[in-house]
Amino acid sequence: MRRIFASPALRELLRPLGQIIIFVTGSGVVLSGIMLLLAFLLRGSAVDLATIERTGIDLFTYTLNNLPQVLIDSITLGFVYAAIALGYTMVYGVLEFINFAHSEIFAIGAFVGVELLIAVNAGGKLESVSTWVAYGWLIIAIFAGMIASGAMAMLVEVTAYRPLRGAPRLVPLISAIGVSFFLQDAIRLVESLTTGQYHRIIPTFGNFDERVSIFAIKMGKSTIDLNIQVKSIVVIIAAVLMLMFLNYLVNATKMGKAIRSVAQDRPTASLMGINVNRYISLTFLIGGALGGAAGVLYALKFTRIDPFVGFFPGLKAFTAAVLGGIGNLTGALLGGIVLGMLENFAGAYLSVFTMGAAGAEYKDILAFAILILVLIFRPSGLLGEQVGQKA
Amino acid sequence: MAEKNRIKSMFSDYFLKIKEMINRGKTPYFVTLLYLSLGTILVYNSPRSLISFLIFLSSTLLIYYLKMDNRAKIALAVLVLLGLMPVLGVRNIFYLEVIFQISVYSALALGLNIVVGFAGLLDLGYVAFYAVGAYLWAIFGSQQMFMLHAIPGTAPATSEFFLPANAFFLFLFLGVAVAALTGILLGLPVLRLRGDYLAIVTLGFGEVIRVLANNLDKPLNLTNGPQGITPIQRPILPEPVINIAQTILKPLVGRTVSMGEFYNLFFYLVALVIIVIVIVVVRRLDDSNMGRAWTAIREDELAAISMGIPLVRLKLAAFATGASFAGVMGVLFAASRTFVSPESFSFMQSIGVLSMVILGGLGSIPGVVVGAAVVTILNLQVLQGFSLYLSQLRQSDAVIPIINFAWKNLSNQLDPAKYQRLVFGLILVLMMIYRPAGLIPAARRKRELVTAKNEEPESDSLKEADNGAS
Repeated sequence: MRRIFASPALRELLRPLGQIIIFVTGSGVVLSGIMLLLAFLLRGSAVDLATIERTGIDLFTYTLNNLPQVLIDSITLGFVYAAIALGYTMVYGVLEFINFAHSEIFAIGAFVGVELLIAVNAGGKLESVSTWVAYGWLIIAIFAGMIASGAMAMLVEVTAYRPLRGAPRLVPLISAIGVSFFLQDAIRLVESLTTGQYHRIIPTFGNFDERVSIFAIKMGKSTIDLNIQVKSIVVIIAAVLMLMFLNYLVNATKMGKAIRSVAQDRPTASLMGINVNRYISLTFLIGGALGGAAGVLYALKFTRIDPFVGFFPGLKAFTAAVLGGIGNLTGALLGGIVLGMLENFAGAYLSVFTMGAAGAEYKDILAFAILILVLIFRPSGLLGEQVGQKA
Repeated sequence: MAEKNRIKSMFSDYFLKIKEMINRGKTPYFVTLLYLSLGTILVYNSPRSLISFLIFLSSTLLIYYLKMDNRAKIALAVLVLLGLMPVLGVRNIFYLEVIFQISVYSALALGLNIVVGFAGLLDLGYVAFYAVGAYLWAIFGSQQMFMLHAIPGTAPATSEFFLPANAFFLFLFLGVAVAALTGILLGLPVLRLRGDYLAIVTLGFGEVIRVLANNLDKPLNLTNGPQGITPIQRPILPEPVINIAQTILKPLVGRTVSMGEFYNLFFYLVALVIIVIVIVVVRRLDDSNMGRAWTAIREDELAAISMGIPLVRLKLAAFATGASFAGVMGVLFAASRTFVSPESFSFMQSIGVLSMVILGGLGSIPGVVVGAAVVTILNLQVLQGFSLYLSQLRQSDAVIPIINFAWKNLSNQLDPAKYQRLVFGLILVLMMIYRPAGLIPAARRKRELVTAKNEEPESDSLKEADNGAS
């Protein structure tokens, strides 16, 4: 056992797995505990009575019944956020710059993957293939999305960011916002040229829409029923694999070492014979590819995509990166999971606990509230090192 | 590279020579008057021509730049803005809409310019303050106050309004105060943040305001949700004034001027007054203690603090000043449109205003106004003209020759008027790369860029200074 962990490669592969398990169970248990405690404390209150009137069960049972499903959804969403957040955090780690266009890089990945599947599906071919072939096509779509997004991220870096390196901090940020807006409409232009509308819906194929029932427990009048959509499992597994691979790449290879050295001190790295520009490009490639894969997974999970699909996930992923400590890969993972949890919990319970006054529509701005709170009270994030106030 | 510089300097030499030639003696007066009358005649005779309108508008630039007596400049500007513009605008209502929008966006851009250009705080949610002002008058200046407990979409019980129409003028001032207060409330927690974080937080704030406007139809129906609030009152224009204006305008325009057109004119004039106030305030601020302190903060916070500048207080002041201008324009917007909905206050609007500031030149007053004019004309005239042209092509039987593509088959989604993001994005990227100081750079900014180029970016000592600060 000890010999296995002595191998650095394997250790780096397995460490994120351990972290993921800790983060997921930790945040899941804490949030569930809080919700159940709240529900327990609110017994007999107006909120409780309103819930009984509406659903026939009291607040505590309602909360408990929904909990497993909410947790599963949270984890799925959290991994998508984590995969996008890694792109932000890698670029930030190397260049100290918020790559605002990352959300559109994500959207491009989603579109390329979905377009590929639509093209393959022409005439409903994809619907009749066997499960294994369906998985094969999904993997190909994910890789296509990764390649497209990675290439686009590099292109954006070379054209819009590299000429501005060394300029005051806000200059590349404004340029990045410009790129983001430009890409949104560029995607829209390309997509609406071929067909009348600019949104796309991923074809239904394989067994991704089926539900796997894990367990069903009878609890008095109601049952706790936990089932997972196959696509959620796919998203989780794919995201975990990517995170493990990325961790390995950054922490256990020579290339990763070079990237880290560029992040730490650019002038010294270049003195040590590292081609700084190449490794910055590489960082964008890796971050973009992760974003692209996340895009295809997002499309698989939420079926419908449009050119503006990246905006909110992108912002939330950025929040996740800040929450975890920007520049820190583990932090992005943690932030993504926590944010996914918080958002889904808010979406599921806010309406019930406020008696319908504030519902799931506020979950989108929850991320901003968290962002502001984190930046005020712990700007370095949960796992981050101290960063300067100014620069 | 050397070749490029040589050509560049050659051009600027020619430019200087022409400038000298025109600026001799009384020539500027003649040139301006000639140009102005040319523009006026062109616009007067062509109802929807972009080029003639541009010629007319650019005459204001000529007034600004040529060497003339200051009194003459002011007189000419008044003539153009108060004399010619209304007549031409009422004659062709389309132009009035354009200049109204230009004036609204100019005021917004000037306000944002204080925050971004002077104090160097990138505010990506500027339109939130605009929304605050707009909803302020929308809620109190409509029947919304009677429908607080009604389901959105139901008709109001009475036809009365909550406040008299002329409370609008009071609300112009209230808009200033409330928006400034909102700015301070937002600024207090977030202004200690570093520039790029601040940008994201303000973006978030902009979205929060929009989502609130969208969803505050329950538990108390404040904003009427996504349907928006309508009708919103306009102030009552006094009868005698209308009659006088009618007698003046009727022969010039050639027909009776409708009430709606008078309102457009009125709101244009109010916007103009606000712009003049903004410009005066901004100019005075720029040379004041506060303005210089802002510049110091923008340049180097650390140095500014060590010189004894109260950082947070001054940043708050910049934030609140910028916000207050947006607030007053919001009130004006709500009254002029008689309708507000969350749609009007999207992130894209914030970026639109930002692109005006960036295009014109950060910190430069004439630049920002020009930027607002250019972007607005681009959106309202160029893109829409292009859309119109495309839809005409779509209805025709024309075919693109080589690839044999019939225009008829062109997708309906391809509507250039909707591609504003493309324009904003291109403006931002291209300006940042090729001309970061803008079309008309501020004098101070110009000097900075020259020195910035000679300095080594991100030297080690700078990094150490950061670590020391944290």
